[in-house]
Amino acid sequence: MSGEGREWEGEETPERLYVITGGRTDSPEATGLDLVTLIVSRTRPGVGMQPEYTAILRMCSAPLSVAEISAYLGLPVSVTGVLLADLLDEERVQARNPAPALPDIALIEAVIDGLSKL
Amino acid sequence: MDSASSETVPGPRSEDALPSSATAAVKLVVVGGFGVGKTTLVRAVSEIRPLTTEETMTQAGADVDDNTGVERKTATTVAMDFGRISLNEELVLYLFGTPGQERFWFLWNGLFDGALGAVVLVDTRRLEVSFDVMGRLEEASVPFIVAVNAFPEAPSYPVEDLRDALDLSTSVPIVVCDARKRESSRDVLMTLMHHLRSLAATPEAM
Repeated sequence: MSGEGREWEGEETPERLYVITGGRTDSPEATGLDLVTLIVSRTRPGVGMQPEYTAILRMCSAPLSVAEISAYLGLPVSVTGVLLADLLDEERVQARNPAPALPDIALIEAVIDGLSKL
Repeated sequence: MDSASSETVPGPRSEDALPSSATAAVKLVVVGGFGVGKTTLVRAVSEIRPLTTEETMTQAGADVDDNTGVERKTATTVAMDFGRISLNEELVLYLFGTPGQERFWFLWNGLFDGALGAVVLVDTRRLEVSFDVMGRLEEASVPFIVAVNAFPEAPSYPVEDLRDALDLSTSVPIVVCDARKRESSRDVLMTLMHHLRSLAATPEAM
């Protein structure tokens, strides 16, 4: 389970990934999504929706990070990002952006407080 | 990934769901050589069983195939184990443990972007693995601390000897930990956060 030194496994062939995203390879930067952007569904899955979209809308009934969605779907982060960008465009999900990159003292204190309760 | 029958819906177990009040997340990264205990540390503090996500890195090959004139590209899948700690009702911490192939970590755009900081986990038997990592973190302006995972079978040295061996500035904290233990791993993260707080309090050092 450690993922150490894992090589290409062949289950997710490039062809399959190509089909899922319709051949798009938007960079994660283009979607504005971070690994820890929290995604929340705004709608229920529609009938006949591509299975990956349905899965995302179901699992995001509670907030879930992009990294977790990618892990549960078993899809690379960039592919997950393309799918999420579609759902964002259609306003089917909401993105809660990560805390600012340059941490202010208040954010750091909040992390320290939280960790001290562990 | 759990067994994938067509009835199985992928997603977290209900007890792993975040509260709907969760509004923001921060991330920390644990870097270190193969087998140094990164996933062990993540597992020790995570509220969920560590998950694995991956990214495919495509690098343009340096060589061009003379027969076709097509530039060769090499694809490498980089896997990342991560865990989660709910800090309060609104704020969530994600902890990413990088895999062994250190030359790929920094190709993953977005892994270090926005990360509050990093823990460099070291094994005293293989200190040399850490040099390249620390250099790259400095280049990327990612603040870090060094945590020595005290493997029972590894020789132990005074922290200041390790600091010398790592050529580590006195401004960078170094701690000894047991990555299998929750409290010890928590204290590593705490040391990093206190270091970040002191950096934030002295902006000229950033």
